[in-house]
Amino acid sequence: MKRLLEINICLVFLFLYIPILVVVMFSFNSGDQIAVWEGFSLNWYAKLFKNPDVWRACKNSLIIAGVATFISTIIGTAAALAIEKYRFRIRTALTRVLYLPLIIPDIVLAIALLTFYVQVKFSRGLTSVILAHVVFNIAYVTIVVRARLEGYDDTIEEAALDLGANRWQTFWRITFPLIAPGIIGGALLAFTLSIDDFVITFFTAGVGSTTLSVYIYSSLKYGITPELNAISTMLLVNSIVFILLFLWFRGRNTQTS
Amino acid sequence: MRRNYRLLILLSLLSPVILWLVCFFFLPLISVLIYSFVERGTYGGVEWNFTLENYQRLFDGLYLGILWRSISTALVCTAICLLVGYPFAYYLACYKPKWRNVLLLLVVVPFWINFLIRTYAWILILRTEGLLNSFLALLIPGFQPLELLNTPFAVQIGLVYGYLPFMILPLYAALEQLDLSLIDAAKDLGASPRHAFWHITLPLSLPGILAGSMLVFIPTVGAFLTPDILGGGKVSFIGNVIERQFKTARDYPFGSALSFMLMAIVLAGTILYFRALQGSESAET
Repeated sequence: MKRLLEINICLVFLFLYIPILVVVMFSFNSGDQIAVWEGFSLNWYAKLFKNPDVWRACKNSLIIAGVATFISTIIGTAAALAIEKYRFRIRTALTRVLYLPLIIPDIVLAIALLTFYVQVKFSRGLTSVILAHVVFNIAYVTIVVRARLEGYDDTIEEAALDLGANRWQTFWRITFPLIAPGIIGGALLAFTLSIDDFVITFFTAGVGSTTLSVYIYSSLKYGITPELNAISTMLLVNSIVFILLFLWFRGRNTQTS
Repeated sequence: MRRNYRLLILLSLLSPVILWLVCFFFLPLISVLIYSFVERGTYGGVEWNFTLENYQRLFDGLYLGILWRSISTALVCTAICLLVGYPFAYYLACYKPKWRNVLLLLVVVPFWINFLIRTYAWILILRTEGLLNSFLALLIPGFQPLELLNTPFAVQIGLVYGYLPFMILPLYAALEQLDLSLIDAAKDLGASPRHAFWHITLPLSLPGILAGSMLVFIPTVGAFLTPDILGGGKVSFIGNVIERQFKTARDYPFGSALSFMLMAIVLAGTILYFRALQGSESAET
């Protein structure tokens, strides 16, 4: 029985990792076939760095993810503080509604935003995408910051207030440093999800606001070249760096609490 | 005075999130609702006349077929994830191998990688001249390459690949909390291992099974990218029909009605989940 379970574990990991390894391997292929091995080279990376479209898409992705993360981290943290530290009438309703954007299919959220932009005649570009990304990012930031605030000791704040600190000082000197790992963790999660998002961006972006994900999608649809393997590998490395950062902050989260 | 101060803080903390959700979540949903009840204009616009025609069209055989494909594929995907994920989570939780945390982390890592790339990887594997066919040709002499890409099979495998971690994690969380002494007690009282599994382990892990099933079913039934990329336009889901209404057919009203149907299915699934969860909890006590 134990043997069978161990075999299952191995098969699952093969299933999960073979596709990823294949992409990485073929990004170093010298030939122009996407999946026929012809020899090692860094050709496709060199081509990638010379491609202005890729650079522009990269820049757009970073701007969108950066601004959306900044806004959603502030709003999400404020929401988490309100939910965890106060009792108010619409609290339960709000916590449910807050997570709704994560439950409804992303294509529904995407076309809802699209029809809304069309109806109010809001022009589509970087701004429309950023506003859309903030909607789902708020939910993720709130989840992570709330987790940090659970089991948070209110007495430290009360002590600070008793010792004559005002609310503002108490927040910046006591509360903020204590929940900072949660805020950074939430921001990293939001940034990664923003960079990776395709569906919402695809529907809310206009001409000239192509992101890396949308660029990858169009090359998938209209002519796959091995350049795609190189882009994928670069994004993969980027994702791994962010997971490690996220885990590191989460590790500090559990250590200090 | 103190009460007002508290209210002021609460308002300043909550108003941004409420404002944002109203402007960029509820108003857009209302705009879809409005669009779903008006007529389609001649040049891709809309005519502001009330009609139920968009909803009537949903019952067209073509769309019912696509709806059925989305739901049945999502159900099969959930079942496969459960069959593969349960033994996986069971091993980690009950045998407690030394590398447990590392193994769990390795399950999550692919989830962090761009979904487009993870789906694209399967093109490299499933293509006619792809890796799977080359591998099979090495094993079997005289092997004729199979057409695997742009088939329901490709879409199914892509969906299982995309959502398997969502099944494993809640299952593990449920099984990990399981009190192993209950199983020992059952065995001491003469239950066979099989009997103990069916009557103790499985019912106690039901909340995990339900949570995992919901987390897999909901995104797969609304999937757009996987059927689009691995189905090559031949295996459409509701999501793909919606996309076509907005990107090519420019029939916003019908696309909006389709979106509302998809949302209704997902919300029905969520409500069923909470009902079932309550049922399993009351059965325990």
